[in-house]
Parts: sequence; C-alpha cells; structure tokens
Amino acid sequence: MADGPKTKFSRRGFLKGAGVTAATTVIESANALARETKALHNDRTVGPDALTVKLDINGHEHSVTIEPRYTLAETLRDNLNLTGTKVVCDRGSCSACTVWIDKTPTLACMTLAIDTVGRKITTIEGLSHGDTMHQVQAAFVKHDAMQCGFCTPGMVMSCAALLDRNPNPKLDDVKHAVSGNLCRCGTYPKVFAATLDVAQQRRQAAGLVALVSERQA
Amino acid sequence: MALDPATEKPGTSTRTESFVWGIPQNGLQHKEREVAQDEPPPLPANAELTYIGKPTERYDGPAKVMGKGKYTADVNLPGMLYARMVDATVPHGRIVSIDTTAAEKMPGVRAVHVIEHVYGVAELRDPKQEAPSRYPVIRYAGQPIAGVAAISQQIANDAAALVKVQYDTMPFVVDRSAARSDDAPMVFPGPADAAGSAGGGGGPKGVPQKGNVHGPQQKKVGDTEKGFSEADVIVEGEYFTQVQTHSALETHGFVVDWKPEEVTVYASTQGTSSVRNEFADVFQLPKNKIRVITEFMGGGFGAKFGAGNEGVVAANLSRKANAPVKLMLDRRQEHIVCNRPDSHQTLKIGAKQDGTLTAIALTSYGTAGVGTGAGTAGVATNMYKCPNLLTEEYDVFINAGPGAAFRAPGHPQGCFAFEQTIDDLAAKLNMDPLTLREKIDENPARKVERQLILERTNWRNRKPAGSDTGPIKHGMGIAQSVWYRFVDMDSSCEVRVSRDGSVELMSAVQDIGGGTKTILAMVVAEEFLIPPANVVIRIGDTRFPIGPNSGGSVTAGSITPAVRNAAYQAKQKLFAAVAPAFGTTADNLAMQNGRVVFKNDASKSYTLKQVTAKLPTNEISARATRAPEYSKERITYGGVDYVELAVDTETGRVHVEKVFAAHDCGRPINPTGVINQINGGILQGISYALFEQRIMDRNAGYMLNANLENYKIIGAREVPEIEVVLVENYIAQSSTDAAGIGESAGIITLAAAIGNAFYNATGVRMRKIPMTPANVLTALGKVQGEVQA
Repeated sequence: MADGPKTKFSRRGFLKGAGVTAATTVIESANALARETKALHNDRTVGPDALTVKLDINGHEHSVTIEPRYTLAETLRDNLNLTGTKVVCDRGSCSACTVWIDKTPTLACMTLAIDTVGRKITTIEGLSHGDTMHQVQAAFVKHDAMQCGFCTPGMVMSCAALLDRNPNPKLDDVKHAVSGNLCRCGTYPKVFAATLDVAQQRRQAAGLVALVSERQA
Repeated sequence: MALDPATEKPGTSTRTESFVWGIPQNGLQHKEREVAQDEPPPLPANAELTYIGKPTERYDGPAKVMGKGKYTADVNLPGMLYARMVDATVPHGRIVSIDTTAAEKMPGVRAVHVIEHVYGVAELRDPKQEAPSRYPVIRYAGQPIAGVAAISQQIANDAAALVKVQYDTMPFVVDRSAARSDDAPMVFPGPADAAGSAGGGGGPKGVPQKGNVHGPQQKKVGDTEKGFSEADVIVEGEYFTQVQTHSALETHGFVVDWKPEEVTVYASTQGTSSVRNEFADVFQLPKNKIRVITEFMGGGFGAKFGAGNEGVVAANLSRKANAPVKLMLDRRQEHIVCNRPDSHQTLKIGAKQDGTLTAIALTSYGTAGVGTGAGTAGVATNMYKCPNLLTEEYDVFINAGPGAAFRAPGHPQGCFAFEQTIDDLAAKLNMDPLTLREKIDENPARKVERQLILERTNWRNRKPAGSDTGPIKHGMGIAQSVWYRFVDMDSSCEVRVSRDGSVELMSAVQDIGGGTKTILAMVVAEEFLIPPANVVIRIGDTRFPIGPNSGGSVTAGSITPAVRNAAYQAKQKLFAAVAPAFGTTADNLAMQNGRVVFKNDASKSYTLKQVTAKLPTNEISARATRAPEYSKERITYGGVDYVELAVDTETGRVHVEKVFAAHDCGRPINPTGVINQINGGILQGISYALFEQRIMDRNAGYMLNANLENYKIIGAREVPEIEVVLVENYIAQSSTDAAGIGESAGIITLAAAIGNAFYNATGVRMRKIPMTPANVLTALGKVQGEVQA
C-alpha cells in the first residue's frame, strides 16, 4: 500500500451499515465513525468533509477536491470527466470499471479515490497515445470485439494487463482474465480472438527481433 | 439524369426492374418488380459489390475501445445536477403521505419531484373501480415514487434516502401460480390493460379478466378437434420458463436540460423518435421544442423506448431546478423496471405418420408483473404449416415490475416448448428431427440452413437418446427460429456532398450496438465508391430527419433503403450540377473504381474531389424517406441452431460445448456485425437457458437478486465454441434488401436446442428453465424438487 491517507471505514462496511439502518442514522453513524477514526489515528485520518488530493492518472497529476467516500470510479467520471471508465454494477461484480493501479487491474468502483494517492492510475484513456490505439485496442477493432461497447473499456484493460503478465496466453488464460468482465451483448468470443491475436503478433515481432539480432551477432 | 423536385416525392409513375432473388446455394434467380421512378437501380448480389457484403470494421470501434464514446451516463454538462429515484419499499399499498422536507433541507439538494403518474404499467379500464388517491397506488416493490436532484450523485443518494413515505399496505402476490387462484390478492381491483412500447410488447386489450388472469387472447385457424381426430400420433407437453431481466450494462437513464426555448434530452434509448413523442405527449410540448440525442447507447434489448418514468422525473427536476439533470437508474432499479415475462405452457401437436401436422393447440399463462405481454404463441403460429391451430394466451398480474419487450418477445419461451415438442413428435414417429422439419417447414432459407447443419456438424453421428453410460452424458440437438419482416416507414435521412469532396449522412436513427453507423456508411460508400471510413455518419439526434425506433429487428431493413436512395439522388444531383463544367451530360457520368468516368470515353476519369470541385454551390444534398416495400409478400427470417453439450448427471451441471448456427437476414450489409449479433444472441440464449432467473421473495414481495452477482448472466468461462454461417437471402423488397438480425439471432432457439440436446444426452426431457443444477437433478430424479409453480 502507498503512503496516502488511509480510511478506516471501508465502502463495503459503509454499504453494509446503510442496508440495516435508516438513512439519517447512516449519515450520523458515518460521521460518528469518522470522528472516532480521526480520534484514533489523529491527523492521519480524513473526512467526512471534502479534501483536495493529488492523483497520478495516466502520467499526469490531477488535483481534485472530493469527499473521502468517493470511489475512484466516481472521481474519474464525475470530477475529472474521464468517462471511459464505466460504472455498471457499482459493487464489484461486473469489472466494467477496471483500471490499473500500479499496473494491476483494479475495480475502480470498489476503490476509494483517496486510497490511490501516491499510486499510478491508468485508465482506458491512458492506454492509447492520442489517436494511436494500444495494440489490444486495435485488435478489438479488427475483431469487432464489441457491440454496445459499454463493457469494452473494462475488457480492454483486463486483456492488456493479461498480456503484460503472460505473453503466451492460451484460450483458457484469456477466459480466466476476463472471467469477471460481464458483457450483455455476448462479445466474449471476439474478445478472446482479439487478445490471442495480439499475443501472436507480439510473438511474431519478438521472433523477428530475435532473428535480426541472431544475424547481427 | 437531371433531378427535378418530383424526385423528392414518391414517384408518380413506376418502372419495371429485375432484381436478384433467392439464395445463392440454390442458384440466384431474378424477380421483376414495379418500382417508383425515383428508386435507384437494383443492386446486384453481394459478390458483385465493392463494400456492401464485405466484412467491415465498426465505424465507431476506435471511439469505443479508447473510451471516447459519450454514452448518456457519460454526459457532463456545465452546472449539471445528479438525481436519484426514490422507489416503493412495499409490494402493494396506498401511499398515505410523502414527506420530502428532510431531503429538501439537505445542503446541495436543488429539487425534489413526486411523481403523479406511473408510466409503462397496466391501467384500470375503469379508474373508478379504485378509490381516488393523491399518489399512484403502489403495485410493486420498486415502483418509482419521486426523484431528488442535487449537486453530486452522493448527495442525491443521501437525500433520496431521507424521503419518508408512509404506506397503507395491502395484501400482495408475487407468484404466478398463486396469483391465478380465486382467493389471491388482486393486483388490480378490476380489468386492466397495458400498452406496448415503440419496441413492441404489451398485451391484448379488452380481453376478459377474472381476478388476476387477463385473457385469453385467442387465435383460431381451422378446427383443432377435427385435426387431432385425424392425427396418427399426438404429442403433448407442459413447459415452464422463468422471468429474465434485460440487464443492459448501461442502465436506463436521461440527462434533461429543460430550457424554455428547447428541451434537450440525452437518452439511453432504442428510439430517439419514441422519446420525442412521449416527451411531447407528457409535457404537452410541440415536437419542435424537444431535441433528443443518443450518440452512444449501452444496450437496451427491448426495454428502452419512450420517456419512461425516469425521463419524466428528470425533466421535472430540470424544470424545477433550472439546470440540467442526469438521472440514471441504479442496478437494482434496472432489474426491477423491465423483464421478459415467464410462462407456463401446455402444448399439444397432432401429426400424420409421415409427419404432416394436423393440429396445434397451445395454452399459455405468463406474468408480466403489473404489465401484460406474456403471450408465447408466435413460434407455434408461424413456424410450420398446419391447417388447424388454437392458441390461448393469458397474462397473470402479480405484484412485480412490468414486463417489457425483450429481444423477440414471447419467442424464446414459445420456442422452448414448441421445438422440444416437435422433437418429441420426431421420436414418436421414429424420424430424424431434421427430416421431420424438412417435411413440415416450407421456408426456403431454413431448408438451406438444415442442409448446412447436416454437412458441417457432427449430426450424422448422433446417438440414440441416453446412450452414454458414464455419469457425464453427451448429446446434440437443434432448434429453429422464426421472426418477421417489419418496416418502420418513419425512416429518413439526408446525404450531403460538399465542394471539397466530403460526404456526410444525417439521420435521427440511433446505433444501439448492432452497428447501424457502420452499415449506413457502407451503403453511402457503395454509391460513391469511396471507403466507408471516409463517410461521416451523424446520427442519434432528432434535429436530423426522423429515424426508425430500433425494436423488432427493424432498423437495417427500414433505414438502409432511405440511405441508399438519398445517396443515389445526391450523386445524380452532383452529376447534373457538374456535367456542364466537364462538357458532357449527367447521364454520361458514372462511378467506377472510386473514380467518376465518362461512359462514352474511358480515357476521361476523375477523382470525386476533382468532380465536386466543379460544384457551382458549396454543397448539394438529397433527402429520402423509406419507400414502401416493393411487394406485399409476407416474409419471415429464421435460423437453425445446433448444440453439442455435456450433462454431468452427478452435479447437475450442463456444459454447452459447441454451437453451430446457420441464419438468414435478407441481404447482409456487414457480415462482421451480423455474425457478432448472432454470437451475442446465442450467448444470451445460453444464459437464458442455463443461468438467469428473477427470484421473488414470496413473503416480503420483492426481488431478491436485483444485482449482477446474484442474477447470473453468462460469463467468459461458459462460452462454448461457436461457428456462424450466414445465408444470403435476396427478397427484392427494397433498394438494399437489408434486414435486421437482432431477434432471430439465437435468443429464440438456444433454450430449445439445449433442451433437445439434453434429451439426446440423458433421455430425459427438460421442461423447465433455467437448467440450474437443482432443476437438472430434479428432472433426473436425483433429488426431490419443489413442485413447479
């Protein structure tokens, strides 16, 4: 974990609380919890009021004023207008909001924005360079790995991360990598094809490089 | 040909043209049609075209993969407020009071709106049967009550929770079977009817209603009693299907910016015109004061038409707060406001020894909650030839969210029962299921599709039912689908050509994910012989000419002929305008290999840019509206789907291993997009057959699994190997001959095909979906199951 301010009440716990008590009490108890936490941890705790934090997103530092309870997904979408990250279930069951935190695919709807201070966030907007698509994005277009496109950014983030950690995935590896990404239009087979295609392209490119260096040697 | 103003109107005279007709596998033929003078010349078969029929990358693919596409949920306007819907926490009752004071006082809250009328549900034929009430009577848990708008989504959520609603609760029923009994609580105190949406759905009106049972809607052909008495064999079956929710990834929602001079509505909708129509009706506004925009859309599957309660609430909040308001339903609400009704079907089919059908009788009960539209008779009525038919469809009201049109309304349910019963008939007649269908199915495309199944799958090696001796049993099965050619005449567009050679197309039609932008670009590209990517497509905005609503697979078949006609006319206008500058006449100019050429002198050839540079004005444009169908023939589409699966008889798990699909949809414009949709229909069909079901709490009256972790939809790991073959079927009906594929793309057949394969594997007939381990083990007699509702 990074050195950013830590919250001691999690969103999951907060939601759990919200389910069993009337709303007014929820807010009061959240305030109370926050006060208690603050007392316990002194100045290392924040909230419930808004605070300004600096987030490292796609290689740029963004200063944003948010309440500690804001998720990373909400912050990206509502505060920074980075709407490529989609919110579908808002509780960690569909992976549409997948971003990378320090290169690891992470659900932005289950991550508090303030917990990402000091870490490197990559969103779908940061995967391409201007109008030049990332290899996985280009392969998604080539294989038509989308219909409505609402799950697509999350799928792309999951598949690109897979290829970074496993350059030679098999079909089952791709299925595993996107096993949490739901697509209602049913584009999964195209997603598999696109991802395996990129792996193949990279192998070919690596083969060429090896061949060239062999000849040069 | 110089274009005169007459070409802007339907032709006053006609000409005879010869159109390519039929299926390539059978040898293409030609058919003569009388067409209006201003119709473009007939298109040859896809094999002879440059862009149409060639696999083409999605027009907005790069925008979607880079996260640049702006969906309604992504719209952020200056000063925009966020809203949350407040909905009922009880399944049935009258609202005694609504206290919004605490919500209004919360810092950051800008407006609260309590709704006066609930849209999209059945309404009493005689409202006097119910005591007057200040607020709409609550008939299902989750029924919208109010909306709150605030400066952030979090504050709106907090404030929504502070709206205090007091109910006078009433007895409720959330179970279809229980709702049919005489002493069941009444959802409506008298007969009630629901209208369909622009996407279909809705049930019959004015039919009898007893208690909660609305119907029957009866259809009678010939004499079924006589038909059954003439039958050599009779098969009967009882089938049950569950409620399926749409689960579109982008929830229903709107951003409304209410200004006195114009109301701008960003809508996650399948029909920009349907939204405009309903806003005009609800708010008594002239249509020229309403603009609807749908640039990108995150899935609808039938449930997103019109203003909806959330659209009306967003508009009221925007008007009150004098600011734009975004109101997206949350995931729980999305699961509750729309669904595919369930069914309990009793089916009886009679046939001669040679397979000829003599009679079909179907009775179905289904619940669309507080709506109607649970009929299932489409497949039984329209798939095969049968002289005697009787169908009776009943809607059963329960205290649950309303049904809505959902991808081929009524057909997956009907097909699950019907195509399994046809297989039972084949078994009883000792015939191969494909052979029986060959005998009773007159559709020429499905004939070719069955042949493909024979040639390309393992069908010929099919073993007798229940042959495998181990615990894991393998089987294969098929089922067929039927859907209909519907055309929306509200399909218009404009094509503009500028002096710099750029070409653009404008229409209010929306792309809901099927790839409409791409096929429109391809049709324009084919006229100008420029790459589709060079055509700019501007759609999803009611400022442009009206477009069709995307429901019932109408979009491609409705809008592409208008687009081709506009592109053709724009081209003719261009030739007429520039011909003098080239010292020739318009009729001597033609497009060839991406260049404009002289027909009488092959050495004269120019680029489009060189030609448009000679335009006397900066721009020429042509507008066209869908011309009537060339003939009144009734046309259906379909497909035959083949499934291989394994049933683990110890765990009750069903693994679909392979699907082979052969489908037709007129002239495919972009095979890539069509095949993608068929893949999707197949996967949605597997999801429906194996996983999905709405679970209602019978004691508390609400949906227990209104989320995506407990409402299971198919994921990557459950995806089988899929192979799709498209059958071109030229029908000579319009200037493009295109047709949609959404409905007939697998969603209709898969549950039935899986059921037939399950029977082939185990020798046991699955009469209930979803085929969860519990339901499978019950069917196999391994556990004592709950008696079917």
